[in-house]
Amino acid sequence: MSTAQIISWFVAAITFGTVIMYGCIGETINQKAGGLNLGVPGIMQIGGIAALASAFIYESSAAAPSPAAGMIITLLAALAASALGGLLYAFLTVTLKVNQNVTGLTLTIFGTGIANFFGGNMMKLSGGVGTISVAATSGAFRTKLPVLSGISGYGSIIFSHGWMVYLAVIMAFAASYFLTRTRTGLNLRSVGENPATADAAGINVTRYKYLAAVIGCAICGLGGLFYVMDYIQGTWANDSAIEALGWLAVALVIFTSWKPRNAIWGAYLFGLCYWAYVYIPIGISRYLAMKLKLENVTYMQNLYKMLPYLVTIVVLCVVSRRRKRENQAPSSLGQSYFREER
Amino acid sequence: MAEHTREPLIRVRKKDEPALLQKAAVILAAVVCALLVSALFIYFVTKLDPISVYTSMVKGAFGTSRRTWITIRDTCLLLLISVSLAPAFRMRFWNCGAEGQILIGGLTTAAFMIYWGNKVPTAVLLLLMAAVSALAGALWSYLPAAFKAKYDTNETLFTLMMNYVAIQFVEFFVDFWDKKRSHSVGVINMNTQGGWFPQVGGMQYGLNVLIVIIVTVFIYVYMKYSKHGYEGAVVGESVATAKYAGINVPKVIRRNVLLSGAIAGLAGFVEVAGISHTISKETAGGRGFTAIIVCWLAKFNPLAMVIISAFIVFLSKGASQISSDFGLNEYASNIITGIILFFILSAEFFNSYSISFGHARKEEPEA
Repeated sequence: MSTAQIISWFVAAITFGTVIMYGCIGETINQKAGGLNLGVPGIMQIGGIAALASAFIYESSAAAPSPAAGMIITLLAALAASALGGLLYAFLTVTLKVNQNVTGLTLTIFGTGIANFFGGNMMKLSGGVGTISVAATSGAFRTKLPVLSGISGYGSIIFSHGWMVYLAVIMAFAASYFLTRTRTGLNLRSVGENPATADAAGINVTRYKYLAAVIGCAICGLGGLFYVMDYIQGTWANDSAIEALGWLAVALVIFTSWKPRNAIWGAYLFGLCYWAYVYIPIGISRYLAMKLKLENVTYMQNLYKMLPYLVTIVVLCVVSRRRKRENQAPSSLGQSYFREER
Repeated sequence: MAEHTREPLIRVRKKDEPALLQKAAVILAAVVCALLVSALFIYFVTKLDPISVYTSMVKGAFGTSRRTWITIRDTCLLLLISVSLAPAFRMRFWNCGAEGQILIGGLTTAAFMIYWGNKVPTAVLLLLMAAVSALAGALWSYLPAAFKAKYDTNETLFTLMMNYVAIQFVEFFVDFWDKKRSHSVGVINMNTQGGWFPQVGGMQYGLNVLIVIIVTVFIYVYMKYSKHGYEGAVVGESVATAKYAGINVPKVIRRNVLLSGAIAGLAGFVEVAGISHTISKETAGGRGFTAIIVCWLAKFNPLAMVIISAFIVFLSKGASQISSDFGLNEYASNIITGIILFFILSAEFFNSYSISFGHARKEEPEA
């Protein structure tokens, strides 16, 4: 494998990893407060479509769309839409005490519907598949670092990205600090571990659960925004690709054993696994294809694409086997809290 | 931002299980509310008259006898998958892997149709395919079950990941069997119909209906009257109690999840041999996830699942009719289904809790 190939593999992995890193950070915050939100794929799609729709409306109404304005509008729209999704989730699971798994899955169905409905309609408006373009806004999201992005060679692995890639890393550190070093973070975790005890200690369980869901979902929505604006460069395809990424983000939470800092390398590792099928040396593929008596070497790619999922499964099994206390899920994860039942 | 209400203002209390009629009334009210909200959504997004949109839905599901049959066929399939989840869900084993188990079952069936479809008599082949597909589905669910039983590994994510592995297997075999490099196997045995479901009693989907009825009744009896089913229920209520009662918990988990996977595999067989006669990664088509909601809403009762799956299939058929009649996008059906599910799920609250202060909102108005 040539140097250029290795570099492009890592660059692709980092871009990919950033999408699920946002999802993972958001979901970790939610899960730390006891909310297992399987609606992440839906929320990410809602965030993505809100970003695209707002940019689309802005760019088609303004005579000379300003990239900065487009960027701010898009960010606000994505955050607001996905936070609303989180509010809906919190209302159902916290106030109405509906089962979290089922609520999350419904949210995913609903989010997929919303995103592809409006995405499809926008495609129709703009004249067909792949014709939506929000060049100015998408360009603003893909603005590279000054000076540093000029570095070629291995440096470009780190420095050739849009700014949201670095924001994700900062947010991972911030989330980690928040959860482990602040009073609010400690309260949040205690709500997730044992809500009855937290309640007795005077912590407002409902408020923490609501805020964790709303803020967590808003961060997940950023993942959708990044996917739409940077990863696929400001367009839309009704292919539910975000959905698969959303599930990977949920898996990453477990992979990182609920520690946002691990999400940084975990997400990039997932990215490397995801793109491995393009970069696995042709010699290996030829050999395997020959052993399996395949007509065409490219068939092997289908099997390589299992990698990120297989890695997750292996990690799941290993983590649960080791049973280290600090690597376990929050104790009350998935359960609703009802004061009278304690 | 989230509005917090302190509990003293609104008093929420757990109440006794209400009468069936009252429960039904609450759910009906939820459906009506959901249809109203969906109507608002339809009106504001499309400016179409919601009444004509809903009429169009009914036409889409039952307009012609062919459409009615398709509605019945799809109801049966969704029902079969929902029923498959019941033994696992009853134990609080959240099997999100029906999608993958269906695919593996369907893949097995497709393999038999391709290699033996024109060589083995149909009746023998069908029995063989049913048995091996069920076995394949069960095997696919075995790993998550074994790890859950032994190490308490999170089954939700394990089964979810298995779905994607299954998808890639299917993609691999689609390429492997596809001789035209079109990344599709097309309709298998188009001319000979080898391995296709025959007509039963003059009905094209008679066999589908028959299989589903048999399995549904079997699971109903299994869960309600058998010792094995009862053990699963105890494990679901409390693992500690189950252990105390001398129930071998890991064994019960493995047994019920294997049964669950087997039926999902059988659903793959019904889909491939009885409906689509092809295999692709779309074969499961998200039904594994929809079935989770059906199963939950039915409180794991296979007979209640009949009504709920029929309702959900009606919704999606109706919504796809709307999209073709009014030039809407087909995903409108996901939105309407989502809204209705949110309302029905919320309705549960009013059946289990009583509120002694005016609680004006039932649901966040979400467009």
